[in-house]
Amino acid sequence: MDDRLPYNEIIDVCLLAGKIMLQNGAETSRVEDTMVRIAAAFGCGDSHSFSTPTGIIFSLDGMHPASKLIRVSQRSTDLHKVTLVNSISRSISSKEMTPEEAYLQLKQIEKAGMGYPMWVQVFAAFISSGCFLIMFQGQWNDFIWSCIAGGMGFSCLFYLHRLLEVRFFAEFIASLVVGLAAMFFVQIGVGSHLDTIIIGAVMPLVPGLLITNAARDLIAGHLVSGLSKGVDAGLTALAIGAGISAAFVFL
Amino acid sequence: MMIAQLITSFIASAAFGVIFNVPKNSLLQCGFVGMLGWILYFFLVENEINSIIATLAAAFIVAVISQYFAKRYKTPITIFNVSGIIPLVPGGLSYDAMKHFVGNDFYVAVQLAAKVFMLAGAIAMGLIFAEVMNQLVTKYNRRKVRLKS
Repeated sequence: MDDRLPYNEIIDVCLLAGKIMLQNGAETSRVEDTMVRIAAAFGCGDSHSFSTPTGIIFSLDGMHPASKLIRVSQRSTDLHKVTLVNSISRSISSKEMTPEEAYLQLKQIEKAGMGYPMWVQVFAAFISSGCFLIMFQGQWNDFIWSCIAGGMGFSCLFYLHRLLEVRFFAEFIASLVVGLAAMFFVQIGVGSHLDTIIIGAVMPLVPGLLITNAARDLIAGHLVSGLSKGVDAGLTALAIGAGISAAFVFL
Repeated sequence: MMIAQLITSFIASAAFGVIFNVPKNSLLQCGFVGMLGWILYFFLVENEINSIIATLAAAFIVAVISQYFAKRYKTPITIFNVSGIIPLVPGGLSYDAMKHFVGNDFYVAVQLAAKVFMLAGAIAMGLIFAEVMNQLVTKYNRRKVRLKS
């Protein structure tokens, strides 16, 4: 390693890229791989990265060994940002960017808002609930009621996520709302099948990203993150189940 | 019947892409992956093949196509995987299990829960098989290139 390399900046770029990816729903194997690649493209061939769902340790070896730790507590899902960081790492690999440029662009990505506005996401949950109802052999006259219950549940989750620190509680309340709404529609006689309406409406809450990422991390040999993401997905599923069962208690 | 399934699974998968903030130009591909996986699962189950095998096959196909799309469009594979896997998640069965647990009917509930667990495992195994196959193919191709040069 030679002395002219800006070690501190390289570490910062790598950590920022890793942090954005980890916060927005990338697999830890991808996070580590990207960080090591970026460092290698800037001329630090000897670097190590260790990331778990809650933090990243990154170190450069050689003449000037240095390492930094970053803690990641807030997590959400924004795959658009993951894609953007991925393409930045590609252009760094083909030597089109200096560390300063990359750092500025990453900062912009970090600050950017969600890919889709709130109402579009709620509408997506609304439509997908109805579609899942049809996929699970529901009847077309239940379509709109499943849509409404799913949309209500998802918007509840959206607001409670901002309001509450405890994620599982937000999921619990959201599925409780779904269950109560579905029961209400069946009670007043507009909906016909309670079970299929609830199943369709609960699907937008399912932790799909966690499940796939847990599986992919386990395949890649990242046992710590794979298991912890699996537990996370399990707890979410449990919260949803508890919410639905709580709705049955009201019946 | 089949057409309704095709359309709804397409829309549901693409809508899930929106929920996970997938880039706008990948939404159609997301819907396509989800539709293909679901239709394979649906077809197999309709023909009275065990739902665990059907889930395994569908998850495998979803992962293979996701890998192809990820390479072709140079995006992370998770984007396509997620929207394809979602329809296969045993939501209805886990709901049934939960309902029986609440009704204190533990005998049926545990049976259903075990099946949910098996289905979740089948999804993971489908992803794993696809990954292994992908690695084998890339290694084979690399070796062929090396032998030629």
